Amino acid sequence: MSKRIKVALIGNPNTGKTSLFNQLTGLHQKVGNYPGVTVDKKQGTCKISENSTAIITDLPGTYSINPTSIDESIVLKSLLNSNEDEKPDVIVIVADIENLKRNLLLFSQIQDLEIPIILALNMADQMERKGISIDIKNLEKQLNTKIVLISARKNKGIDTLKEAIENYNSLKIHSDFKELSHKIDTTYFDELAKVSTRFLAYELWMMLTKQHTSLLSSEEKEQLKSFGSDVSTQKKYQHKETIFRYQKINSILKETYTIDASKATDLRAKLDAVFTHKIFGYLIFFGLLLLIFQSVFDWASAPMDFIDGLFASISEFTKSNLPAGMFTDLLSEGIIPGIGGVIIFIPQIAILFLFIAILEETGYISRVVFLMDKIMRRFGMSGKSIIPLISGTACAIPAIMATRTISSWKERLITILVTPFTTCSARLPVYAILIALIIPDKKLFGFIGLQGLTLLALYGLGFGSAILGAYILHKTLKIKSSSFFVMEMPNYKLPSVKNVFLDVLEKTKAFVFGAGKIILAISIVLWFLASNGASDFKNAEKNVTQNIANQKLSSTELSQKIASQKLENSYIGIAGKAIEPIVKPLGYDWKIGVGLIASFAAREVFIGTLATIYSVENNDDDISTIKQKMASEINNETGEKRFNFATGISLLLFYAFAMQCMATLAIVKRETKSWKWPIIQLVGMGSLAYLTAFLAYQILR
Amino acid sequence: MNSIASLQIGERGIISEECLDIIPLKLLEMGCLPGIEVELLQIAPFKDPLYICVNGSHLAIRKKTASKIVITKI
Repeated sequence: MSKRIKVALIGNPNTGKTSLFNQLTGLHQKVGNYPGVTVDKKQGTCKISENSTAIITDLPGTYSINPTSIDESIVLKSLLNSNEDEKPDVIVIVADIENLKRNLLLFSQIQDLEIPIILALNMADQMERKGISIDIKNLEKQLNTKIVLISARKNKGIDTLKEAIENYNSLKIHSDFKELSHKIDTTYFDELAKVSTRFLAYELWMMLTKQHTSLLSSEEKEQLKSFGSDVSTQKKYQHKETIFRYQKINSILKETYTIDASKATDLRAKLDAVFTHKIFGYLIFFGLLLLIFQSVFDWASAPMDFIDGLFASISEFTKSNLPAGMFTDLLSEGIIPGIGGVIIFIPQIAILFLFIAILEETGYISRVVFLMDKIMRRFGMSGKSIIPLISGTACAIPAIMATRTISSWKERLITILVTPFTTCSARLPVYAILIALIIPDKKLFGFIGLQGLTLLALYGLGFGSAILGAYILHKTLKIKSSSFFVMEMPNYKLPSVKNVFLDVLEKTKAFVFGAGKIILAISIVLWFLASNGASDFKNAEKNVTQNIANQKLSSTELSQKIASQKLENSYIGIAGKAIEPIVKPLGYDWKIGVGLIASFAAREVFIGTLATIYSVENNDDDISTIKQKMASEINNETGEKRFNFATGISLLLFYAFAMQCMATLAIVKRETKSWKWPIIQLVGMGSLAYLTAFLAYQILR
Repeated sequence: MNSIASLQIGERGIISEECLDIIPLKLLEMGCLPGIEVELLQIAPFKDPLYICVNGSHLAIRKKTASKIVITKI
């Protein structure tokens, strides 16, 4: 059994911490969850020598251990953990040589928690180019720590770091907190230290200011309370603590760190002048958006068709090669199409995340946030909301998770609530088929396709309603929360292929396993409800055979008739019939009603459900595709086509507005920690969908 | 009373000592300290947020925060 060393990576955002993590662990990483919070826990293993393995945890990037967001609070919680299994043996602080001063603030705070620590100075290969020189020996002495120079991207210095990790037992523990706290208020901090023998004075100070007292006994909690009676003093002390830490860092760096200003390039300034320009900035951003959507459609269509075909043939193969029975039906009609329904979105989601990862890696996305902040604020959101709104066009689930970077709760909540309005990829199959049915395939001015234009209009409608919804919420929600906003504008850099690849892989995996579980479960439930029923269901075959005894029907037609009869009397058919009066004013019949119910698993299930329901009533053998089946469906009351213009538009609007996705509702519940908001979302968006669909149908009829 | 919000693009100022309690802790931690020089690099369209360089950190802050931080122009 080799030795296992628990390592935690900590550092400011944009210091290359993720690059280092990827370099150390490669594909040996997995994403878990921290207990009780919805922050992803990235862990990986790394062999550091013949007889020891490191278990590396990549903690969220933070500027200080005083948290301002859920992600950041994880760092402090991990470090205060009294649970020996969880507490890291050694901490690697990743610092970037260019912003060393700011990086050392976090270092000094963590050092005072008295955990073995290694300072890894990243991007060391850039020192010469940037005119930086550091007296490492002296800096080590002054900071009382071990320093390793690395370049995570160029894979340099990693071995030295591994060696330092292996010998973590020989690292010196050092804390300046006593000296520091005596500069602030000697009596206060000396008394505070007496509260508990198990914790350091600095740990107690952290617990006090963060109200993170779960590790203390009730007696200790009681004693600690008296120190926190005066909040303004506490704040003052925190401010002083930060100032004194910086003073010390400044004096140390004066001796050990020099930067030759003449070497500074003004590349950043030049690029910023273009990317944050009041005209070109927006043009470039919208140009990029167009390029992204174009690529998402173009590149994803071939793999999506392939996946579609693949799962259809797997289903077919299962049906014809396994012994007939309940289990085979469950496989071929429930599970396999269910899995297929999840897999089919992977190409689109992966491509979109690829673009977003590249934009984030290069540092460009911060410039977009900077450009959009003021506009978004008018609608009660933050500049940072732009990322979820773009991601929402792939899938609302990862998009809602991406709102965690927004520190104002009101801005974040509004973003969460309106993200599902954006046109996600699950709506696309429904849109595509309905548009093909009701919009003529004509060209405007000879080159603008009407059908494409309709799709674009639906995208605009989704985005527009998100913005409008946000505005209404902004004016009605009475939530007091600070709209404090600060964002680092990182250096521009070329994206690393490894980082982008691993990021896309991780997000796609999260979608498949997160949303996939729910979609699969609901598909199975739906299949069960569609293939079981009361007595009429069981006698469907007999009834059909009796009814049409005098008609000459081919065996396919007969089995289709039986299938549709069965469906009508299955549990789901009964449910569809029950809601028929409700959906009738929108121009739908019970079959479409069933499709709407089924859509709660995932919107795209609508098409498959209709395909199951429609049996072909005329004797034309070549009518096989879903589109043709839908086109030939007749509304028995009017004798017109079921999918005429009015019903089509009504359905499109319903799908554009309704919140028909259980998986998203589950995520909203998790992120807002209450059922209140997902219920408001479901009812609000549902009513809006019903109303617009109703109006559209009644006017166009 | 000059604040960061009253700077023109390219202008610099020193953050005044009396600001200590007004500056949000998070900004302090990111290097925005009394006695330190701030440079305004860029103003977003619609006059908000501001893009500043302070103590080697390049930050975007909203005008509301910036107008609270008193400076002496250099």
